[in-house]
Amino acid sequence: MNLLYTDVEEQLRASVRDLLGDRAQPSAVLARCETDTPHDLDLWRTLTADLGAGSLHVPEELGGQGASVREVAVVLEELGRHVAPVPFLGSAVLATSALLACEPTTEVRDLLAALGTGRSVGALVVSLATAPGAPPPPTVEVVDRQLRGAVRSVADAGPADVLLVPAGGTLYAVRTDQPAVAVTPVVSLDLTRPVADVRLDGATGTPLGPDAAVDSALWTATALLASEQIGVTQWCLTTTVAYLKDRHQFGRPVGSFQALKHRLADLFGDLALARAAARNAADTAAADPGGDEAKLSALLANSLCSDVAVHAAQECVQLHGGIGMTWEHPAHLYLKRAKADQIAFGTPGQLRQLLAPLVDLPGPR
Amino acid sequence: MNADTLRERTRELLAANDPATTDRLDFLRARFDAGLAWVHFPEGLGGLGAERDLQGVVDAELAGAGAPDNDPRRIGIGLGMAAPTILAFGTEDQKKRFLRPLWTGEEVWCQLFSEPGAGSDLAAVGTRAVRDGDGWRLTGQKVWTSSAHTARWAILLARTDPDVPKHAGLSYFLLDMTDPGVEVRPLRQITGEAEFNEVFMTEAWIPDSNRLGEVGDGWRVAQTTLMNERVAIGGRPVPREGGMIGPVAATWRDRPEVRTAERHDRLVALWVRSEALRLAGARLRQQLAAGNPGPEGSAMKLAFATLNHELTGLELEMLGEDGLRYDDWTMRRPDQVDFLGREAGYRYLRAKGNSIEGGTSEVLRNIIAERVLGLPAEPRVDTKVPWKDLPR
Ligand SMILES: Cc1cc2nc3c(=O)[nH]c(=O)nc-3n(C[C@H](O)[C@H](O)[C@H](O)COP(=O)(O)OP(=O)(O)OC[C@H]3O[C@@H](n4cnc5c(N)ncnc54)[C@H](O)[C@@H]3O)c2cc1C
Repeated sequence: MNLLYTDVEEQLRASVRDLLGDRAQPSAVLARCETDTPHDLDLWRTLTADLGAGSLHVPEELGGQGASVREVAVVLEELGRHVAPVPFLGSAVLATSALLACEPTTEVRDLLAALGTGRSVGALVVSLATAPGAPPPPTVEVVDRQLRGAVRSVADAGPADVLLVPAGGTLYAVRTDQPAVAVTPVVSLDLTRPVADVRLDGATGTPLGPDAAVDSALWTATALLASEQIGVTQWCLTTTVAYLKDRHQFGRPVGSFQALKHRLADLFGDLALARAAARNAADTAAADPGGDEAKLSALLANSLCSDVAVHAAQECVQLHGGIGMTWEHPAHLYLKRAKADQIAFGTPGQLRQLLAPLVDLPGPR
Repeated sequence: MNADTLRERTRELLAANDPATTDRLDFLRARFDAGLAWVHFPEGLGGLGAERDLQGVVDAELAGAGAPDNDPRRIGIGLGMAAPTILAFGTEDQKKRFLRPLWTGEEVWCQLFSEPGAGSDLAAVGTRAVRDGDGWRLTGQKVWTSSAHTARWAILLARTDPDVPKHAGLSYFLLDMTDPGVEVRPLRQITGEAEFNEVFMTEAWIPDSNRLGEVGDGWRVAQTTLMNERVAIGGRPVPREGGMIGPVAATWRDRPEVRTAERHDRLVALWVRSEALRLAGARLRQQLAAGNPGPEGSAMKLAFATLNHELTGLELEMLGEDGLRYDDWTMRRPDQVDFLGREAGYRYLRAKGNSIEGGTSEVLRNIIAERVLGLPAEPRVDTKVPWKDLPR
């Protein structure tokens, strides 16, 4: 078990960070989020086509980078630090992981290649709030080999050109360029990862395999989202510390007041625990995907990191005072991401309920 | 040095010293001499210069073979605090003299740092060490000294120069607790027993060869002790549920009648934090592979203390009627420090010490804020004045 970052991972981090430092500055991210194209697809193409970040955990024989979800987690950390508006979670994590859980038929291979190189953007058509382990009630039906139904609050569906839709026990690939498919962006709490509603009125799809692939993808995403939450937390802590060193009131830097120092020290401690849990979740998911220990680690990390990230973002806003409440300051982007991430794949309380039986702590009758 | 080599060396040790037939102390000495005591220590001093985290390989192998251990709860201060400090600052003679009996438990150590007037503000210690020929005469009082009643040796911080600012006038010594100038009196704790003591020193003798580090450099030497102490308390390698969560989870499993929805969520949340702390300790050790912990280690101890407060409080609530009882208030002087020992009531009370001993949680937060995060210090009035002129 390696809870640190390998040299290769640090190199990957450095190149992603360079790119985002260049192309995802807070002012640019903020400016984009109220436009018609909240996702930055140019940046997405550079990340995927140039850096290969779209297919890290796809084996080489399927055209991917042949790395593991540990590397995916490192990219998520950096994306979280920048709240970068790219469809990484929807396409490179959820859709890609679902495809990897299917038999590698020609369709699956073609899709993986298209997603991995950024030619296509994919989305897994389940609500972002869906917890792993509990299959969502089927809202899409197969009627006369056509797909009908609706799913709300799907992550990164807006820019997707291919949807992976579970229906009738099967996972289908559905192209969005058919009239029977409506993807409607909704006004979202998370400005940098807006969700969309999907409506299928007799759409046609290509069957890819059993819909168990959905749960497999949800487990992977649950484990890895913890790393994004680490990135969010890290940004909030670093930014707040820097501000409190600089901001003077009562003739001294406000960061010299013990009441504030202690809050930041607590946050630092929480981050240390959260980071260990997130690294462990990525490491275990890489070593034994689908195993009980991987599930346990995913639930552990996500339930903890969710709360830590929200706490960090709340402290960031509070300790910036009035500036923290302005639209212009990026703190709110992190608060919105953190709160949405806390709900994503189940709230911490839901995840703890899933964890309890895995660690032999049965609930009341 | 990798895991396989260590496993092989451990098997050689076992082959040459069958635990079933070898005397306990002989076995421990042989283990020390084989470099398998603490593998990250240098060769010749109980280690092999290996990575810290590889100790687990050796321990698992030895536990599997039923080998005796060195009863770490009896000698925690020696292992966690004295040893790394002696290793970092000791002369070759001091390392050779002290480390082996320290590790085997033949010599118990205690820590004579805190004084009635110098707790959090450790740099204020007033116990005086005065030059006398080829040694020092020591006079003063220490307090809250765990294990002083079982200790053969003490690590000690004393003032050698009262005329300079407080941090500059300290020196660090190794004190023989059997010296006639040393008197140890039990100090009863909220648990009923006396794990710690008051220690009075009247002209106690310390040869200069038992000084650790330079005269006047005691503060820097003490930092090594304190950094190690915080990791020793909060970041020890333990198996899953090896810490305070263990007894609480066991109570939950054994007594279905205590299970309510509210407690369930609290318990699982605490389980999560316990496991995350365990992983963070493992991560810290991987980072440290060799060398001494920095101020980041303080975060481990801080989280550990908070967690123990919450876990032990929950356990008493779970026990309800039984939580109203206590096993025994009899004054005793235990020969080991055990946070998990005895019953829930004891655990609840003993855990209160976790946020005080080894640096209070408030002081640890100061350390993290200033030395890890680099936030500015509070304005201070005590660092530039000669120690003797400070108000007290
Ligand atoms: C169980 C136990 C075992 C111990 N074993 C040993 C031992 O073996 N050897 C040894 O040398 N010592 C030992 N100690 C002593 C321990 O290290 C001290 O008690 C501790 O450092 C606190 O010092 P104090 O008791 O003087 O409290 P004080 O320093 O007087 O603190 C009083 C309160 O003020 C707070 N405070 C103090 N300064 C600050 C500040 N700058 N900012 C914010 N808050 C502050 C503290 O957190 C505390 O809440 C032990 C203590 C306990 C409880």
